[in-house]
Amino acid sequence: MVTVTDIWHWLEDVSDPEVPVLSVVDLGVVRSVKLNGNAAEIVITPTYSGCPAMRVIEEDIRAKLAENGISDLTVTTVLSPAWTTDWLSENGRKKLKEYGIAPPEHEVDKSVLFATPTVVPCPLCNSRNTKMVSQFGSTACKAHYQCNDCLEPFDYFKCLR
Amino acid sequence: MNNDLYTYTLRIADDSLILGQRLSELCGHGPILEEDIALTNIALDLIGQATTLFEYAATVQNEGKTADDLAFLRYEHDYKNVLLVEQTNGDFGQTIVRQWLFDTFRVLFYDALQHSSDTQLAAIAEKSLKETKYHCKHSSEWVIRLGDGTEESHSRTQDALDLLWRYSDELFFMDETDQAMIAAKVGVDLAALRPIWMERIQEVVQAATLTIPTNNWKQQGGRLGKHTEHLGFLLADLQYMQRAYPGMQW
Ligand SMILES: [Zn+2]
Repeated sequence: MVTVTDIWHWLEDVSDPEVPVLSVVDLGVVRSVKLNGNAAEIVITPTYSGCPAMRVIEEDIRAKLAENGISDLTVTTVLSPAWTTDWLSENGRKKLKEYGIAPPEHEVDKSVLFATPTVVPCPLCNSRNTKMVSQFGSTACKAHYQCNDCLEPFDYFKCLR
Repeated sequence: MNNDLYTYTLRIADDSLILGQRLSELCGHGPILEEDIALTNIALDLIGQATTLFEYAATVQNEGKTADDLAFLRYEHDYKNVLLVEQTNGDFGQTIVRQWLFDTFRVLFYDALQHSSDTQLAAIAEKSLKETKYHCKHSSEWVIRLGDGTEESHSRTQDALDLLWRYSDELFFMDETDQAMIAAKVGVDLAALRPIWMERIQEVVQAATLTIPTNNWKQQGGRLGKHTEHLGFLLADLQYMQRAYPGMQW
């Protein structure tokens, strides 16, 4: 007998296609899981409006549930309350850093013009002597930084609130 | 169907789609790598916003059309975007000034729209506002950096402002559709946003050592489907695949 807890557990094996070290649960895009007999409903929310990973995430969730014998699945997308980086789990933040991506600082860098960019510690050497290269990085959710000490460039999973 | 709600949603969607298409023309052609990435990320956000808005417009229209039908299979006069967003990229100064005039408006607009009585529009606004604030910071900082930069960058940015200022008026265009939506507590009263927009524009203009053009000649028509000569060329690119291979999918 499948339970909602089982489904949450399976979803921990579904990874974000762009940041494969994170599961969709770590990322906080799964809002709820419901089960009614053999029919499941999973509610997801996009990180950024144009995030091309969302469609892949939906397909991967379907595949994962089908693998476990659930084919009657509805995946619903909701926009509100909007996803923010606060939905990212503690575990997710830890995994990001280990992967070489600086996790979001709890500070939004966008209100004041030419404000000193958020200090983001280097995920490789932990130095706080880093600089922002660009607010926009390899995907919608990341900014581009460089460490002034070890000189490595790195991605910063930018704070969205 | 609710005609006013359909038109209202379509106008917002078209602004996002057309500006997103313009910016994506720069993919691989940005002046420097970081800006190439920034501008295409912004394009992606805009096209993402357009997708959700078109999906909603198609639902409101209730004629069995999809978001793609609305994006790719309408004629020029059926697009309701403001003229500003269809203007060509020009040099980097022109791209940035166009973006800044629009972003400054969009932040205020989404901020107000998130309180709409229409829950779907409110949700889209709440979501999009977070992204748009990043866009606005990016474009505002560039206007200042370019305006208060070298003689060359200053004069090019001023030229861009002189060229595009005439289209800024239309951001605040309102007609009976807007009035109906405001009465229903769905839409935003743009007249109330205008002084705040002007204040923010002036703040940046001053820091950038630029001058707001005194020429008061203003151009509008996009909201009613009357466009400049640039839109047709943009649509030829945008629609080519769907026109050549109807119903094609990746
Ligand atoms: Zn380092």
